Amino acid sequence: MSSKTQNNKAWWLVAPVFIMVAFNALVPLMTVVNYSVQETFGDNVFTWAGVHWFQDVLHSERFHSALLRQLLFSGIVLAIEIPLGLGVALTMPRKGPWVSVCLVLMSLPLLIPWNVVGSMWNIMALPDIGLLAKVINGLGIDYNYTRQPVAAWFTIVLMDVWHWTSLVALLCYAGLVSIPDAYYQAAKVDGAKTWAVFRFIQLPKLKHVLTIAVLLRFMDSFMIYTEVSVLTGGGPGSATTFLSIDLVKIALGQFDLGPAAAMSLIYFMIILFLSWLFYTLMMKNEDA
Amino acid sequence: MAKISIENLRHSYLPFPNPDRDEDYVLKKLSIDWADGGAYALLGPSGCGKTTLLNLISGLLVPTEGKILFDARDVSRASPEQRNIAQVFQFPVIYDTMTVYDNLAFPLRNRGVAESVIDPRVKEIAGMLDLTSTLQKRASGLTADGKQKISLGRGLVRSDVAAIMFDEPLTVIDPHLKWQLRSKLKELHQRTRRTMIYVTHDQTEALTFADQVVVMNNGEIVQIGTPIELFEKPKHTFVGHFIGSPGMNVLPCEVKGGKASFAGQTIASENAANFKGQSQKLEIGVRPEFVSFAKTGIPADVVKVADAGRFRIVETRAAGSSIKLLLPEDQVVPTGKVNLAFDKAHTQIYADGWII
Repeated sequence: MSSKTQNNKAWWLVAPVFIMVAFNALVPLMTVVNYSVQETFGDNVFTWAGVHWFQDVLHSERFHSALLRQLLFSGIVLAIEIPLGLGVALTMPRKGPWVSVCLVLMSLPLLIPWNVVGSMWNIMALPDIGLLAKVINGLGIDYNYTRQPVAAWFTIVLMDVWHWTSLVALLCYAGLVSIPDAYYQAAKVDGAKTWAVFRFIQLPKLKHVLTIAVLLRFMDSFMIYTEVSVLTGGGPGSATTFLSIDLVKIALGQFDLGPAAAMSLIYFMIILFLSWLFYTLMMKNEDA
Repeated sequence: MAKISIENLRHSYLPFPNPDRDEDYVLKKLSIDWADGGAYALLGPSGCGKTTLLNLISGLLVPTEGKILFDARDVSRASPEQRNIAQVFQFPVIYDTMTVYDNLAFPLRNRGVAESVIDPRVKEIAGMLDLTSTLQKRASGLTADGKQKISLGRGLVRSDVAAIMFDEPLTVIDPHLKWQLRSKLKELHQRTRRTMIYVTHDQTEALTFADQVVVMNNGEIVQIGTPIELFEKPKHTFVGHFIGSPGMNVLPCEVKGGKASFAGQTIASENAANFKGQSQKLEIGVRPEFVSFAKTGIPADVVKVADAGRFRIVETRAAGSSIKLLLPEDQVVPTGKVNLAFDKAHTQIYADGWII
């Protein structure tokens, strides 16, 4: 019989991390939880509200429509950016001087701060002075994103595609260049056509990279705030009021901290659940 | 099935090689004739151009100069598909998302063969390769040797392939399975009688697999011959070194009046009488297998003894050169001063590296 020496001193070494995590995640999160189950009128006076705020939020028409808009936005953005990014990656050169040119050009949008992107597109799309607006109107199409919901959506989606397709493309490109030449050679020998090469070699080899791309783009687009806030401010009307924008309006505009806290937690749970769902679905056949 | 001829093949990876600069070329003017249905090996050290040659034959590369003929058809610029060859690569290439069955059927399906033809064919090949029990499994779950068998199966499944190429196919296989897979290959060759071309830097693989071995070095063919020819009569000292373990002893010598001498002793050799020229670097080549201890002969000192199983490798030193010999394990190793004798029939003279 041998008994292992118990030495718990190592916990002290982990303590700094615990403290860090506590301050940047647990404390804020618990504050939100705290607000979500209480009612306050300031002066640090709280009364117990139970699940009242949660019920309120879950039954609110306003939350439903914001959630729907948010889902629709993420859906559209993923449906465009993932195939487009993959397509761009497939056409990018694999060697030669153009590789670095492409990589730098592709990275540029990713380096621009969110609010600058919003401002850029705001100026581009302004009906009276914007280049984009002038061109579209010049084509005979009536376009004014400050008044037409469809035009506002079009502009926001276009902005997001411009800003983030590069990320998908760069991820896919990294995945593509890591496929050994022998696969392509074997495919040639086996008489595989371009489509078969894509379907049976490139796509399976890109699976992990694509999963990451989908997850990143989903989470980011589902939480989008700054760009939309700068570009449309959630308008016209509430046409582009996504969950994040609505949340800020409730929390900081109306100062309804209880409902805002409840909404934050529900929002968080939705993201967590959907990310898990995507991951599980995409990794389903990973029983190698 | 096809006879493969290579005529004055030259290849460079540079976009604009200078035809007068040999260094620009990884393959320097090669010509080979391979009969239909043979088993051939391309053997050489890493970087000698053997994989380049293989990829030129299979059509993955286009030669800078020269011709490749399949039967009488010039295929120098044809695609691998048009040439109808199969190739097994160094690292097993399988289609991860498919089952073993689908992997084997893939080359046929790409060519629009009917499923009713594919099914018996795939099953037959799976039977040959002992893959029947795994047919419905996902290919990605197999071990390296299983995957390599699939690659091979994809080559065998087409009944009309001109040739099957192997590019160091056993590199990633565990040693104890290497032997199995090697005998499987040999057996398959005897059964199917396809032309097989096997690239390797491992002499054991080349010599056990091939009827004829092409030894390459620095982008040139040094010798083409049967394993026995390469062993008994290397055309170049490089072949002598490269094949055999340990390699051939190469000793500086002089040749006068049709007689070779080393360290002041006349050495009986098989070909010294052929020598006519002068002022060349002359060497004696004799394999350790054909050196023995004798009462009289070349005086030498025993330097080192290494045990190699059934044999002991005895390293001696004579007149500043090292001479190795093999001694059966039941014989006593002499120490100190010894005398060595060479087997005349297996002692050759080389001038500037080449046999005279």
